[in-house]
Amino acid sequence: MPAPEIVLQQAFNGLMLGVMYALIAVGFTLFFGVLDVIHFSHGDIFMLGAFAGLALLGLWGAAGLAAAPVVLPLTFAGAMLVTGLVGVAAERACVKPLARSAPLMTLLATLSLGLVIREAILIFYPRGADPKPFPALLPAGGFDVAGVFVRYENLAILGIGFGAMIAVDLVINRTRLGAAIRAVAQDPDAAQMMGVNLDRTVDWTFFIGSALAAIAGILNGLYYSEIHFIMGIMGGVIGFSAAAIGGLGNVYGAILGGLLFGVLQTMAAAFIPRGSEFRDVVAFAVVMLFLIFRPTGILGEKSVERV
Amino acid sequence: MITRRDFLRTGAAAGIGVAVVGRGIPAGAQKKVIKVSFVGPLTGGTASNGLGGRNSFLLALTERNADPRSKYRYEPVVLDDECKPTVAVQAALRASSDPEVVASVSHYCSVVAIATVDTWHKAGVPSMVWGAVLPDITYGHTHVEITRVNGTMINQNQVAGEFAVKTLGFKTFSLIHDTTDYGRAHAKYFGEFVEKAGGRILSAQGTAKDQKDYTAELTKAKAEKPEVLWYGGLTPDGVRVKVQMDKLGVRAQYQGTSGIKSDTFNETAAASAEGSLAFVEGAPTEKLPGGKKFLAAYEKAGFKEPSEAYGPFAYVAANLIIDAIEAVGPDRAKVAQRLKRTKNADTIIGPVEFDEHGQNTVALTTKYVSQDGKWVVWEDSEYAGGKRTLPGHKFKKM
Repeated sequence: MPAPEIVLQQAFNGLMLGVMYALIAVGFTLFFGVLDVIHFSHGDIFMLGAFAGLALLGLWGAAGLAAAPVVLPLTFAGAMLVTGLVGVAAERACVKPLARSAPLMTLLATLSLGLVIREAILIFYPRGADPKPFPALLPAGGFDVAGVFVRYENLAILGIGFGAMIAVDLVINRTRLGAAIRAVAQDPDAAQMMGVNLDRTVDWTFFIGSALAAIAGILNGLYYSEIHFIMGIMGGVIGFSAAAIGGLGNVYGAILGGLLFGVLQTMAAAFIPRGSEFRDVVAFAVVMLFLIFRPTGILGEKSVERV
Repeated sequence: MITRRDFLRTGAAAGIGVAVVGRGIPAGAQKKVIKVSFVGPLTGGTASNGLGGRNSFLLALTERNADPRSKYRYEPVVLDDECKPTVAVQAALRASSDPEVVASVSHYCSVVAIATVDTWHKAGVPSMVWGAVLPDITYGHTHVEITRVNGTMINQNQVAGEFAVKTLGFKTFSLIHDTTDYGRAHAKYFGEFVEKAGGRILSAQGTAKDQKDYTAELTKAKAEKPEVLWYGGLTPDGVRVKVQMDKLGVRAQYQGTSGIKSDTFNETAAASAEGSLAFVEGAPTEKLPGGKKFLAAYEKAGFKEPSEAYGPFAYVAANLIIDAIEAVGPDRAKVAQRLKRTKNADTIIGPVEFDEHGQNTVALTTKYVSQDGKWVVWEDSEYAGGKRTLPGHKFKKM
């Protein structure tokens, strides 16, 4: 029987992982909620966010900016703008033109776009094939609580991650744009009749979802101190799975799904014999069980508003 | 004299798969064109090693094409195996189905090299492995087509295990390895040699290749309080294990295999890399008999990527194949027979001699330690000289 502090430490490890998954999952769920599409290049947009962040950090460094309180917000803002615009472009290039085609076409188009983004980083980013070190900008050191080692960096990542999720929640539930997104999610035709600009609402949805992926990408770089051009493949699959567990179309479900997926992976690796070999098997088996026995996900059916 | 234009022509031929002919290369203008393929990971997590190997291979062909004594003009066929067995088999099929491809310089990753053995054998294409270290790639069969210019992981792990226990005095080891044939076999041989030397393996955890998060495995290992945290896998994962190990406060010496001995490891792990150990068959490129000449030619060619640890092996493999073609002509069966009988060949990595399995009998394994962002031969390092103390020894004193 593992010691309680080991269980707690592993749960905390899972929570850290889950926050990043949740941010990716929220993007998937927003796109599905509004347009009923699964935007499979979203994982690579998450990767692009990390690389955009790294490139911007280099730019700030060249401009003589080094203080983390200045550099970090600028990096987040710049990378969010980049991925947000790429997300909107992806929607206009791969989703909107195929709106009347079979769903499989959109899926193929977004998958292909993801491949293009990934290979573009490999080819055009200097020595893109190699993993890239990501600068440490968060406070070093940490402290013990009940035998659990908590780094200040972890607290900052949790704070930024949950802060972003709360901000999305506020945008969706407290703003006119949010009302438009919710209206389009429920009934696009009725929303248009009520004066909602469908194109603009869809653009904003893709902007917000893709900008969240940039936050996840930068947090990933800060947490692991390294990014790699293939990080979006698994990130995308897990983000989508987390959204499916939580209930596609439900923002709270995506957050819950992301956290659950992270904790599941970590606990499987830690406490099942030879679990580290089967961590993904266990986590994805749970996804399959959800798809079979509760295809609407944890919060899918309880959700009043699909967003 | 090789000009930059010559090299670019050869490189362009690799990209578009056409013969390089035309003005500016009078030496090769009338010569028969012979294709030699290169298969390695050009994309994916181990692409840096694959690109270093590919560049070294292209360098060898460019030099031969510039040599007026060459009987043939050599055209490269460069294929990406992505370090994935299914992709590698497709690449091997593609190369072998082209009757103009006489031989191949193939594979950095063990997991793909073992998967394509039968493909090369059935097609009768001589394939010389330039980087994969799994013993069964040469010792698991008696096919004449398969040879390997680099050493195997058996020699490597014997040196690594005995060095860690007997020289450095470490007794307890927690192992993490990827679950490919490469990682599993490394863990098996390393564990055996550590126990023979008197050390103790506390645990062995298998992980997926290209896994991003190792906190669960490292938290488990941390609770065991090992003196050495050993990782059996390739650079990208090896970097993650080391960096996350430091973040989680795992107080142990970090030791890896030849898979982490790359410039990329030091560049990416940055300060975390300091004091890490790695082991590679052969000697460092600059200390190889023809290493300086190779590095000078490589630099002159203007490649973007470094040659990495196994680039010289790809270069030698290409040269041995070309030597065989020059000697017996562009016939796959004759070239395979000729290569298998290689004895005392003079190469930049020293004399190459294949045993009855086509395995180069290089006994030398070099120990490396990461020092100030570079891999330094252990004997030349400040750690061996006593000026610095390995992290594992510092932790032991705490």
